[in-house]
Amino acid sequence: MKRLINLKPSRSTGILLGLLPFALLLVIYIASSQTRLEENPKDKLLPSFSQMGDAVERMAMEPSKRNGKYLFWQDTASSLKRLGMGVLFAASIGLVIGLVTGALPMFTAGLSPLLTVISLVPPLALLPILFIVFGLGELSKVVLIAIGITPFIARDIQRRAQEIPYEQLVKAQTLGANTAQLISRVLLPQLMPKLIDAVRLSLGAGWLFLISAEAIAATDGLGYRIFLVRRYMAMDVILPYVAWITFLAFLFDLALRQLNAKLFPWHEGATS
Amino acid sequence: MMAKKNMIEVRNLWKEYGDSVVLEDLNMSVQEGEFVTLVGASGCGKSTFLKMLLGIETPTRGELLLDGKPIPDEPGSDRGIVFQQYSVFPHMTVLDNVVATRGFQRKGLTGYLFGSAKKQAVADARKILDQVGLSHALDKYPHELSGGMKQRLAIAQALLGKPRILLLDEPFGALDPGIRADMHDLVLDLWREHKLTVFMVTHDLKEGFYLGTRLWVFDKKRQDPQAPNAYGASITYDLAVGQVEHSTYHEINDAVGYRDPAIVASPQQLAEEVDV
Repeated sequence: MKRLINLKPSRSTGILLGLLPFALLLVIYIASSQTRLEENPKDKLLPSFSQMGDAVERMAMEPSKRNGKYLFWQDTASSLKRLGMGVLFAASIGLVIGLVTGALPMFTAGLSPLLTVISLVPPLALLPILFIVFGLGELSKVVLIAIGITPFIARDIQRRAQEIPYEQLVKAQTLGANTAQLISRVLLPQLMPKLIDAVRLSLGAGWLFLISAEAIAATDGLGYRIFLVRRYMAMDVILPYVAWITFLAFLFDLALRQLNAKLFPWHEGATS
Repeated sequence: MMAKKNMIEVRNLWKEYGDSVVLEDLNMSVQEGEFVTLVGASGCGKSTFLKMLLGIETPTRGELLLDGKPIPDEPGSDRGIVFQQYSVFPHMTVLDNVVATRGFQRKGLTGYLFGSAKKQAVADARKILDQVGLSHALDKYPHELSGGMKQRLAIAQALLGKPRILLLDEPFGALDPGIRADMHDLVLDLWREHKLTVFMVTHDLKEGFYLGTRLWVFDKKRQDPQAPNAYGASITYDLAVGQVEHSTYHEINDAVGYRDPAIVASPQQLAEEVDV
């Protein structure tokens, strides 16, 4: 018998082992839900899958009685718009700040301390200020997401820019490159895949800020909905919404990873 | 023969970092077209000297002159460089790596080339890549190349920049011996053809002995065992390559502390062994 530390699963065993916890959780959930529903058919805490299916059908397939819209899709569209705009702002601003402070020592000296302090401010503590300044509309939610993740992206890009071997910059200079060319031809292209990675890592925080902002002040959105129906203990809506959010997050992560591999085929073996 | 003007002149040059002296009182001159190899134990300041020529280090005291003027204190297109690693751009293909050189020679924000300028650059790039033996790998990215191919690419880039001085910082240190011999041939060919002045740092004494025209050995003249950094290195041997007694090789070998198991009978044998 080999030592446990040397035992490695084959490909198929690996997949099976990976699926096992999911199956286990599912079985536990179904069993508990059934027990509770047998005791009390009106129990709301652990709805059955058919109840959740009904709820999803009601939210996604039937127009709302109040405004005639399909709430599930409207919530999804509103949330994604806010998240997308927030992340886009954050990525653009973060890239510029990171690039400038990572490439030009004069700017590093001038902006780094400020950036460090800003990144320590808890963004949610700023939310009241954002509501006061930008009102309760879309802008304050987008700004919260942007403020929340820009410092992370900026600092990550700054560090990545500084990690690019100095030899490359010297080499380009001996070939005649000026500062603008060094930034646009040597640094920027090598930082683009890092930017996508930084966006991937900050999407989790992005969702957090989105749902928080929607929970506090909104009239639609995925976060708004789950906090709204909480009042009626509508777990049959909350659980599918959470699953949907998780699925969307997974999808974006996958899409960004594939985009990276497709756009930057040199990335995996870089630093020559 | 007429006396040529000195291209590089070093006068009473010192380099110190705080209390530790790296180089002390260097005085040399180099003429255009020389091929100087710099050898010495690690930490003896040979790379520091190369960095001063490159412009990324400055002398603490003394003068380092290029054509009678202080050498610029930042890298420029008159001095090309090939480092041991990291000297090519990983995000560009082999061809783009060389074409980009042409772009960098123009003014502008990005140095991207268009139209006839681009065509000309691609044609020139293909020619020089052919010369260094990379014409079969134009569309590959650097991470797909072997160490020797990467260095060939780095040399091609540097040459297209048309430098007057080519600086090589242990360029073949990471390569296999067989490939190293090929690279020696390549560098010697290019040096002759492009009429370059070459400075090459190496930790391989044999390489220094048989490549190029002149050998500098960096070593400390004075030692203080209590304070190893109190004295810096200077150039203890300045030899014209090809006219050296065999005993000198062993003398230097002992002095700079290289461990070389291959004790050979004659310089000829040594020369054959390194295949230059």
